[in-house]
Amino acid sequence: MSILLNKKTSILVQGITGSEGLFHAQQMLDYGSNVVCGVTPGKGGQTATENNLPVFNSIEEAKKEFSIDATVIFVPPRFAANAILEAINQNIGLIVCISEGIPVRDMKKVKSALDNSSSTLIGPNCPGLITAEESKIGITPGFICKKGSVGILSRSGTLTYEAIDQIVNVGLGMTTAVGIGGDPIIGSSMIDILKHFADDEETKGVVMIGEIGGSMENEAAEWIKNNFNKPVVSFIAGQTAPKGKRMGHAGAIISEGSETADAKIKILKECGVSVAKTVSEIGETMLQLIEE
Amino acid sequence: MKIHEFQAKELLSDYNVPIQRGHIVYSSNEIEKTIEKVQNEFNSDAVVVKAQIHAGGRGKGGGVKFCPSTESAIESANEILGMNLITHQTGEEGKLVNQILITEALDIEKEFYFALMFDRAKNADVFIVSTEGGVDIEEVAEKTPKKIVKAWVNNDTHPLENAVNTIIDALSLNSFNDAFEIFTNIYNCYSNSDCNLLEINPLVITEDQKIIALDAKVDIDSNALFRQEKIAKFHDTSEEDPLELKASEYGLNYIKLDGNVGCMVNGAGLAMATMDIVKHHGGEPANFLDVGGAANVDTIKNGFKIILSDPNVKSVLINIFGGIVRCDRVANGVIQAVKELNLNVGVVVRLQGTNAKLAKQILDESDIELISAETIDEAAKKAVGLVS
Repeated sequence: MSILLNKKTSILVQGITGSEGLFHAQQMLDYGSNVVCGVTPGKGGQTATENNLPVFNSIEEAKKEFSIDATVIFVPPRFAANAILEAINQNIGLIVCISEGIPVRDMKKVKSALDNSSSTLIGPNCPGLITAEESKIGITPGFICKKGSVGILSRSGTLTYEAIDQIVNVGLGMTTAVGIGGDPIIGSSMIDILKHFADDEETKGVVMIGEIGGSMENEAAEWIKNNFNKPVVSFIAGQTAPKGKRMGHAGAIISEGSETADAKIKILKECGVSVAKTVSEIGETMLQLIEE
Repeated sequence: MKIHEFQAKELLSDYNVPIQRGHIVYSSNEIEKTIEKVQNEFNSDAVVVKAQIHAGGRGKGGGVKFCPSTESAIESANEILGMNLITHQTGEEGKLVNQILITEALDIEKEFYFALMFDRAKNADVFIVSTEGGVDIEEVAEKTPKKIVKAWVNNDTHPLENAVNTIIDALSLNSFNDAFEIFTNIYNCYSNSDCNLLEINPLVITEDQKIIALDAKVDIDSNALFRQEKIAKFHDTSEEDPLELKASEYGLNYIKLDGNVGCMVNGAGLAMATMDIVKHHGGEPANFLDVGGAANVDTIKNGFKIILSDPNVKSVLINIFGGIVRCDRVANGVIQAVKELNLNVGVVVRLQGTNAKLAKQILDESDIELISAETIDEAAKKAVGLVS
């Protein structure tokens, strides 16, 4: 088992003819993902990747020939919100947006369209998700993943890779890793992903990586305390971040006291979540918890 | 992106929001002429001289002066233009005042606090108002939280009209016929201009019963500047840290801090985590630097240039998780950069991911002095050890 994604999931790539989209579509295929076709407006009729996947002008056209479970978006930020809206309108179940730098105003529109739909959005500004040894949607390096029992969820890209690497190195292995994105407005929250992990029998524990800014970790902590029975190891990045400065991610900016790393760590601990003191202790902390 | 008060007021004015009017002065020989112009145009002998910098607390720092006469206005204007203004938001080094705003002086009856921003938890825009205006709003929030009223706007569930009526009630402005239009216009200005924050502190009622924005502080969503041609031109690079500006020209994300351990990392989260672990081992990070997900020779070379422009830096910690990018290539990039740049500080390198072992071998066998490490923990300890 896994969450959201397995080797059967049929995947469309929006922006497949761009350099990023093409490169990662190939990487996904090489990992074993069931990528079936791509979309780039105006490039319909071409083929892309070594597998000669068909390219369509729109998702609507693609759906006439393929059944699509998921789409991944690699389009420039100023067009990305419209790409997400197109996928929502076409009732694609899982939408993963990798693009970074989408204006907040555009994401407000996306969010309200999403609320009135049955689609799930992961991202934007995220590495996507990967189910070990089955399939990946996005840009996570596949070779670091090994099948096992730990679910991973994170607001950061390379920090997700770091967590995967440690979880694999301590011998636990992973089910699915989900990068939910570093923007102020994202499609799926930590709680949304935790709910999937709660229902997945194979997932025995969860690594949850947060950072400064916003209050999502605090809400997740309360939710875990009341609803989640599996061990959770958390890590919060940004203890040394100065107030009011945007630390790379658009969402990583402290504007209130409850948004600091220290405040989040305190709430997580109060809610019974184990918090790794430093980034290098994530794997060991999870191993100890699972062995207990 | 932050903009100046006079620019923010220009945006508000474009949406017919009444503002305290004035003219901007860039050089001292324009001072007398501009004061006269403001006095004549707005029929006001007294004027206010306001320093234009991207930081709050200007009044307390001596950057805003009420001037009852022409003589006092000339004196204050000459004093403030070109001064190094220190406020609680500028840091102790202060900010050079390159321009001043000379405005009409208004007779004020009441002062309110007003702000519009996005509330992530509620996924809605939020009006924040208080009858306690003109003061530090954080202090009000702490001491008398009941005096702060919030009203949310979300096209689906919280109509703008309701929110505007809520704040009109909260500020007891029901007798002002134009209040509804003014607040609606401010919201449209906020939304259409892609503002992250629009703050008016204070928003005032004058003795002749007019609602006026006395000040304005605006922060624009940088990701939306492509469609905000007018606002994009408001960018004042002199307000930014020169190193941060240089880094952004290289496409790097750099923030200068006060420590001496330089950090070069790929990915924002990992970069923050690396700073944290440096601190954990008793060191102080000199900077935040995210060289981007796909680090290559050029980004590493440019990263070194930026980090080493900070004279406080005594050691450099490179922490790269090679996913799509192969670590052996990163290792060669590091070696090339170190050779070309003649470094005189210790460099600790930790590469993890694709071809990490090969990368370590390349680093260990190279003829330049680099310290390699396998884990972040080990790397941080070694980098801190070099400076203590």
